[in-house]
Amino acid sequence: MQEKKSSTGTGTSFRKIEPYLYLAPATILVVIVFLYPIIEIIHTSLLQNNANGIKTFGFTNYQLVFQDPVFWEALGNNGKLLLSVPILTVLSLLIAILLFEHVRGWLVYRGVIFLPYILAVPVVGLVFVYLLGLDGIINTLLKDVGLGFLVQDWLGSVKWVLPAISATIIYREMGFGMVLFLARLMSLEKEILEAAEIDGANFWQKHIYVTLPQLSAVIEFFVVVELITMLSWVFAYVFTMTSGGPGFASTVMELYIWKHAFAFRSPGIASALAVVLLAVTTVLIVLQLRLRRRSLEEVA
Amino acid sequence: MKAPNSRRRIGNLLTTIPTQVILIFFSILAIFPVYYMAVTAFKTRPDWLRDQFGLPNPFTLQNITDAFKEGEIPIWFGNSLIVTVASVIVSTAVSALAAYAIARFHFRGRAFYFNMMIALMVIPPAVLILPLFVLMVNIGLINTLPSVIIIYCGLLIPFSVYLLVSFFSSLPPELFDAASIDGCNNLDTFWRITLPLSIPALVTLIVVNALFVWNELLIALVFLQEESHMTLMPGLTLFKGHFTVNEPLIMAGTLIATIPMVLLYLFGQRLFVEGLTAGAIK
Repeated sequence: MQEKKSSTGTGTSFRKIEPYLYLAPATILVVIVFLYPIIEIIHTSLLQNNANGIKTFGFTNYQLVFQDPVFWEALGNNGKLLLSVPILTVLSLLIAILLFEHVRGWLVYRGVIFLPYILAVPVVGLVFVYLLGLDGIINTLLKDVGLGFLVQDWLGSVKWVLPAISATIIYREMGFGMVLFLARLMSLEKEILEAAEIDGANFWQKHIYVTLPQLSAVIEFFVVVELITMLSWVFAYVFTMTSGGPGFASTVMELYIWKHAFAFRSPGIASALAVVLLAVTTVLIVLQLRLRRRSLEEVA
Repeated sequence: MKAPNSRRRIGNLLTTIPTQVILIFFSILAIFPVYYMAVTAFKTRPDWLRDQFGLPNPFTLQNITDAFKEGEIPIWFGNSLIVTVASVIVSTAVSALAAYAIARFHFRGRAFYFNMMIALMVIPPAVLILPLFVLMVNIGLINTLPSVIIIYCGLLIPFSVYLLVSFFSSLPPELFDAASIDGCNNLDTFWRITLPLSIPALVTLIVVNALFVWNELLIALVFLQEESHMTLMPGLTLFKGHFTVNEPLIMAGTLIATIPMVLLYLFGQRLFVEGLTAGAIK
């Protein structure tokens, strides 16, 4: 009797800690890779060197960051990259809808248009450096079709460098959008579209009034993912294509943090920059939580 | 009866032709940079200077063999392979355990934990690199493959947990009840029932994560600064620095770095498509 009681006792307490045992390995890695660095970066950003060499808490790093015109330029450049998200979304949608019409060879088209997305960003960057060069293919093409006046040193011009990088990002990300939208389209109920056709809706009417409203959730999802990309994942494009130049015309926040941390050896500034970027992405975290939770309502 | 039908056929033709034209245009756009990389890798430099568009004339394997000889491409390639395989195995294993707990148990902090994972997907790696760099220097892992393996595992966990929770929760609960009646404990159920039933989701996740690790640049650049310890992506940027004036050689390097993922894509296109759309489509 005594024995049985104690065994159920340990049984329930084991059952209580059991889920935490399953979570432990992942949690350790998440603490090392995310939580510790985030706390540490906030801590470092608030440390400042005083005249007597003692470190004290203060906002000097932030003051320096906010007075730095390059910081504003880098933040603005991330902002300008965000502008390519609508173009990217519309193009991906257009292709997905065209493929959804089951045109001849749609599977081949899907395979080909998705291909750029599996290429590594540094590879895409290095190839586009040649394509966009002064004697590159794009300028050669422009000359050949009599548009020679459009020829530019795309990556060497303050005015054109960001649009050129945007175009490169759109090139790679479009396949992702297309595949995402196409998958959603194929899960739509066919009857509604057929009903619209029978009612005499033409191609555009059908898709604008019937298809698009049903895609709103997945469009929202894609837009959020791409906004995150433009803020948090453009380092590799900029690093391989321009290293942030000419001047600072294509420097983005990630690259500027990296430069302060490893080239300029100013950890305080790098940390303050990182905290600012983190604050900006917090807006996206809220959006992300809303979206992801909606698709998983039954889980948590 | 006939009239609307033939009108529809003409309508079809009117949309089919522009549709094909638009799709062919975008396909050429998508494939051209890949074509460019592939043909340039097999050109001599004078040939490339003369004609960037055309097929190699003469065709040469010199760039490929030079890339293998002059750079440390074989070492980088091997390092990329080790890092990718290790990160993907470890992150998938620990994520599967965590996802199982979230999907199968009710415990304090469950919703918080899951929401934290979703939020962490948004954190830019650039924010994390400086403290991690100091940490890796202090524990002596800087310039070693384990440093990037640990970081990639951590970075992959939020998305992996998210994806697996959504898959595990879609499995029928009756199955788990039956298993526990048959005397399976929770670990047995995880190992013998959840995992075998989740093979499609696991394979998808492995493919998507492998693509991420193989292609990643920033972490590799910061933590593997010695040439002999690099992976392919930082290696390629270094390679470009060394051989700026030999474009076909650089394209040979990028081609070599691209081939494994293209092969994976050709064999498992469906897996990429499923993995990347998972979570958005329900």
